[in-house]
Amino acid sequence: MAAPHQGLMRARVLVRPKEGILDPQGQTVERALKALGFAGVRNVHVGRMIELELDDPQRLPEMCNRLLANPLIEDWEIEYGDGAGMTTEGAGAAANERAGAEEVRGAG
Amino acid sequence: MKFGIVRFPGSCDDVDALRAAQRVGDAVILWHAERDLHGVDAVVIPGGFSYGDYLRVGAIARFAPVMAEVADFAAEGGLVLGICNGFQVLCEAGLLPGALLPNLSLRFVCRQVALEVVRCDTPFTCACETSRELSIPVKHTTGRYYAPADQLQELTAGGQVVLRYGAGQNPNGSMNDIAGVRNAEGNVFGLMPHPEHAADPLTGSTDGLLILESLRAHVDSRVPV
Repeated sequence: MAAPHQGLMRARVLVRPKEGILDPQGQTVERALKALGFAGVRNVHVGRMIELELDDPQRLPEMCNRLLANPLIEDWEIEYGDGAGMTTEGAGAAANERAGAEEVRGAG
Repeated sequence: MKFGIVRFPGSCDDVDALRAAQRVGDAVILWHAERDLHGVDAVVIPGGFSYGDYLRVGAIARFAPVMAEVADFAAEGGLVLGICNGFQVLCEAGLLPGALLPNLSLRFVCRQVALEVVRCDTPFTCACETSRELSIPVKHTTGRYYAPADQLQELTAGGQVVLRYGAGQNPNGSMNDIAGVRNAEGNVFGLMPHPEHAADPLTGSTDGLLILESLRAHVDSRVPV
């Protein structure tokens, strides 16, 4: 990963299926791990990771709610930093609510 | 009756939708980058892979310039029909409740399905009075309709479920066999099956035309302003 530009914050957004929503992809991966002999693996979920650099990290929760995730079906969390010793700032449904999930579904 | 078929980069059923609509009335293509609906009576958002389905299905298309016009049009009571990817776009845009998730099978499905018309008193199904069961194909990978329990109850109680897959026909694991829903106001409707692919006897069924004929009948019956 290239070094971020001066003044830019590097962040990662992790998006995963909301808890309670059937996740056939996660289930399939879990079965595949078992088939390979990896015992004791549970609650596998497959999501996606979005890496970005940005001037104003305060706006990132809004970006998550309006575009990077669909709060109806997905939870997100943000990691700040350069990869080693990243700090996590928002997580899951509670964070989505804090960031004002209701404004997300408005006209874009 | 003039239909407007939206074309995004990555739409692939726009021409079929155009031809099907032309069997029923006039139809034009609406380019995604234009902020002009050309005075159409109904907007059709067709199937395909708008913007390559990047990020999530429908997630990018909802921000296309034409979608701002479609949202205004819908807010004023304009008729909007979303098919497959169009349904996904309308859900992402908040114009329809719920979301579409990957098929339970995780596989692409392409087959003819039987559909139950739950209600015929909508602008999208009013020509289905005598044919409450439709045969229309589905073809998608992300068609599992989902809404949170409270929303699902609300839209079921509110009569927003317009189409269901027939018994044993649910191709994707959609909740309550839902194949198509409308908004609370009743002027926006989305469905996963493709009416535009059931518009010619050559492909085995013309039931899809009933959806477009419903729209024409509804528009024709409106009192001119």
